[in-house]
Amino acid sequence: MAYKVPRPNLTFAEKIYLPSVLAGLKITLGHLWRMLRGKTHVCMQYPEEKWDSHLPDHYRGAPTLVSDEFGRTRCVACQLCEFICPPRAIRITPGEIPTDDTFAKVEKYPEQFQIDMIRCIYCGLCEEVCPEQAIFLKKEYAIARTSRAEMMHNKAKLIEMGGLQPGVVNKWNEKK
Amino acid sequence: MSTEATTPKPVELVNVQIDGVWYQFPKGTKVIEACSQAGKFIPRYCYHPRLSTPGNCRMCMVELGMPKMGPDRKPELGPDGKPIHNWIPRPQISCAQEVSEGLGVRTDSKMVQDARKGVLEFLLINHPLDCPICDQAGECRLQEFSYDFGPAKTRFLEHKVKKPKRIQIGPRITLDDERCILCSRCVRFMREVAKDDVIGIVNRGSYSTITCHPNKTLDSNYSLNTVDICPVGALTSTDFRFKMRVWFLKETKSFCTSCATGCNTVIGARENLMYRQTPRENNDVNESWMCDYGRLNFHYLNSPDRLLAPVAKGVNEPDWTAALTATASALKSLPPSEVALIASGKMTNEELFLAAGLTQALGIMLHDIVPHTDAGDDILLSTDRNPNTAGAKLLGLCDANAGSKLPAIADGIRGGTIKGLVILGEDATALGLAESELRKLEVLVTTAMLPNLTTASAGYVLPGSGFAEKRGSMVNKSGRLQRLNRAIQAPGLARDDWEILTGLTEAITGTSLGLATIEDVFKAMSAATPALTGLSLSKIGDLGVQLPIA
Amino acid sequence: MNAILQFLSDPLPFLVWTTLAKSAGLLGVVLVMVSYTVYAERRVSSLMQDRLGPNRTGFPTSLLGFGIKDWSPFLGGLGQPIADALKLLLKEDFTPAYVNKFYYWIAPGLGIGAAIISLAVIPFGSSIAGVDMVIANVDIGPLFVFAISSLGVYGIVLAGWSSNSKYPFLGAVRSTNQLISYELALGLSIVPLILIIGKLNLVEIVSYQVQNGWMLLPGITAKAPHLPTLEQFLTWIPVFIAFLVFTISMFAETNRLPFDLPEAETELVSGYHTEYSSLKFALFFLGEYTAMITGSALIVTLFLGGWHFPGIPDGSAAGWLGVMWGLVNIGVFLAKVVAFLIFFIFIRWTLPRFRYDQLMKLGWIWFFEIALVNIFITALIVTYVH
Repeated sequence: MAYKVPRPNLTFAEKIYLPSVLAGLKITLGHLWRMLRGKTHVCMQYPEEKWDSHLPDHYRGAPTLVSDEFGRTRCVACQLCEFICPPRAIRITPGEIPTDDTFAKVEKYPEQFQIDMIRCIYCGLCEEVCPEQAIFLKKEYAIARTSRAEMMHNKAKLIEMGGLQPGVVNKWNEKK
Repeated sequence: MSTEATTPKPVELVNVQIDGVWYQFPKGTKVIEACSQAGKFIPRYCYHPRLSTPGNCRMCMVELGMPKMGPDRKPELGPDGKPIHNWIPRPQISCAQEVSEGLGVRTDSKMVQDARKGVLEFLLINHPLDCPICDQAGECRLQEFSYDFGPAKTRFLEHKVKKPKRIQIGPRITLDDERCILCSRCVRFMREVAKDDVIGIVNRGSYSTITCHPNKTLDSNYSLNTVDICPVGALTSTDFRFKMRVWFLKETKSFCTSCATGCNTVIGARENLMYRQTPRENNDVNESWMCDYGRLNFHYLNSPDRLLAPVAKGVNEPDWTAALTATASALKSLPPSEVALIASGKMTNEELFLAAGLTQALGIMLHDIVPHTDAGDDILLSTDRNPNTAGAKLLGLCDANAGSKLPAIADGIRGGTIKGLVILGEDATALGLAESELRKLEVLVTTAMLPNLTTASAGYVLPGSGFAEKRGSMVNKSGRLQRLNRAIQAPGLARDDWEILTGLTEAITGTSLGLATIEDVFKAMSAATPALTGLSLSKIGDLGVQLPIA
Repeated sequence: MNAILQFLSDPLPFLVWTTLAKSAGLLGVVLVMVSYTVYAERRVSSLMQDRLGPNRTGFPTSLLGFGIKDWSPFLGGLGQPIADALKLLLKEDFTPAYVNKFYYWIAPGLGIGAAIISLAVIPFGSSIAGVDMVIANVDIGPLFVFAISSLGVYGIVLAGWSSNSKYPFLGAVRSTNQLISYELALGLSIVPLILIIGKLNLVEIVSYQVQNGWMLLPGITAKAPHLPTLEQFLTWIPVFIAFLVFTISMFAETNRLPFDLPEAETELVSGYHTEYSSLKFALFFLGEYTAMITGSALIVTLFLGGWHFPGIPDGSAAGWLGVMWGLVNIGVFLAKVVAFLIFFIFIRWTLPRFRYDQLMKLGWIWFFEIALVNIFITALIVTYVH
């Protein structure tokens, strides 16, 4: 089932190729000239200029644990993110909320929640799989530290980075 | 049983058509079982093959057809020579119906699908959205059947009925009434199997709830089986609660080593931590159940106190070869008549075989195992709490009366005639010896997992492995040879016990035993033991084999 | 002291030390040129692609103290070649197991050696204090260059073969094929020049151009520039054809785009030097860019009047004036070479790579025949003109 691609009929100028070389040079040197005169602005000089203010809302930066307006860290340690995480960056130790706690009706919470930012690939599957709208990829993208231990984001760090997330469903309010 | 020559009664077979194909089943088979055998799985909640059949969940509905009878009261035959069916115009539950001659079953017709959808929609009306925090998620029949057969959307806009949650209904059981679908499996189990009828259903309609009889708790030694048979997350194990999601657990087939019954189990472990064990069906041993005592008797494996490195001459010796050489030379420095060996009924056959080899290498005449007994019951739990007393007897570590030589050994230690003691996986204080008396021994060698009074006074401590950390075989009280599989790795430098015993024997004799793997040990053992002839570790299989011994 | 000076001005020792000084000087200049050619390559390419390129690495002069700030010249990034060289020196020199160690080790040396040796016959200036600015004033200039530079293919073949890895091997095979194919056209294309000039000594070829006008631009001579005569115009036609064939073949010989098939990253993972790292890789890199400089120098020498520029006298004047003009001549030569290098870079970032069959077709069916026919045309024209 070979499909024969018809060859284009080239003119003589195209056949000897040299005019095409000149045409190509005209384009590239045009760019060079515009750059030299400072007419083109494409690159951003990174540490001095940042595109933080242009980041779209759906930007996938570092994963974080968010809290709701009642001050509850929304994660219930269902471990689905730990399961879905392709590089296995997430480690959760679940725990039980004591019966005298304000949020006792939620029953379960993460005792420890670790994301290994050396492993994290910012794919966003954890955010997508989360049934509690508890994990969100926020806009922090420059995660660079000087030691492996610092690259392990623990629960406190994740909650601090997550902050308050407005506009999420508070399904536990309905309970009991 | 197998030796008994019984002539099986002739079983009457009946012809049944399932989804258009004709099969034959013995009379008395439930339609739900017949369909399963024909490869058509029928969803079910209340039905359990080992319990009575109330038919209250309505999940297993199928379409049934009776053979159409002619005027002569004989079935009318179709063009294929098989009976034509008169289909009953409404679905029937298949769990309460037995097969009959000429019966027709449709397991996946439009009517059956609609019936299942309807039942699931009703079951989900008051079911909470607890899946993220529910321990059953991942092995929940309600989740599974909703995905497979249920409606994709809810039409329920009203408020769900609120019921009690997080109730300690027993010392080991947490009840969540909202999640209950009222299948009554737990009620029937406690009534029919555990013979401890403490739970029941109270109130009516949407407000029906499972609860305990007043002033009683669900504290039977078999209560955790209700967690296993609960199709949803209503009954959960307080021990396993919120420890780990089930889909992370690596499952390893094993058996329980807490008594001589040897209930077959599945060990759930993740990343070298054992989280739970659940019973595995074996009709010759434990049917589908196991006791709570055995089920929860594994936490010592995860203990932070585990012995991690060998001790020789009273100091830590991280080099195993050096530790074993030192132990061997210490044992050889004593005349054989002044050394005794105490093995354990918790050791595998392979280890007992090697321990017997060790007694021969040292010339020890005085050896025995420590019997452990406690109250048993007539369901599963045995009074003999050693899982392998039969194996120890078989391999000659003790005589028919296990523990009969222990007083002699204890007296010898007290009297000073015994100066060296090898004690494998047991605590010598169980013999009635005080710690000070143990310290009088010149050489005290012990293998152990956890520190005890013996390891505290022993000059030579060789850290061994637990039942989930090793492979091997044991013989239960009825003479069934069963196999342990490795679910997790032993911590630190702790070794498999058969490796320790092989190394020690080789260090004593100075020659290699030629045993590279546990299979080699079993091969050597079966060659030396008539009862094990022709067997190998892989031939034991998952369900074990019955040995020709009493 | 006087005795030493006396000894140094004896003919033989004089020849030895001036040659050594010229070699050392040329080598130094070429190595610096190579590293800054790499820099130019990156900067020019980025500018052509609307990027900025390496514009950060300056010189850490603040390390000297005295309150001096780090110095980053106006374009920025001028310290980059030095940093790159340091990086290549300090990287782990990794020799994979299963390579043929002997050939694996000598291959990079062969590669750069061939490129540098061929520089020896190129007259890079007129003369300074009576010393010709060429290391080896031999009568077989172009032949020597072709002979030596074709040895460079051994470096590539041995590297590819001894690496014991498929991509290097494919790269090496492609490279051999390509170099051998284009050497034919390269060699044949300058025969017309030799026919016209009648000499093989590169120094004399340059002085011919100084007297009779540059080969490619016959109007430019040591006298005032003028329109070419009819004879000059007639001889210019085959020279122009030779120039085109020679330049394009030189692209192929130096493995530059659009003929970089031996090390096509996208197909061969950098081809023959995939398994090389650190200094050995650096040697290949140097060799490649040195070959580029040699090629440019040869084009300049053969077609563009070498060190000559109208209005600038040669270094034959006595005293410091002669020395100064001699140095200016070297500068002119280098400026022409640099212009050609930049042309190389422009072409690289403009044209896509040829297909292999197109490459072979171009070399064997077009350039070889054109160069051959060009010889006969030249012979006819030369006969007519004389």
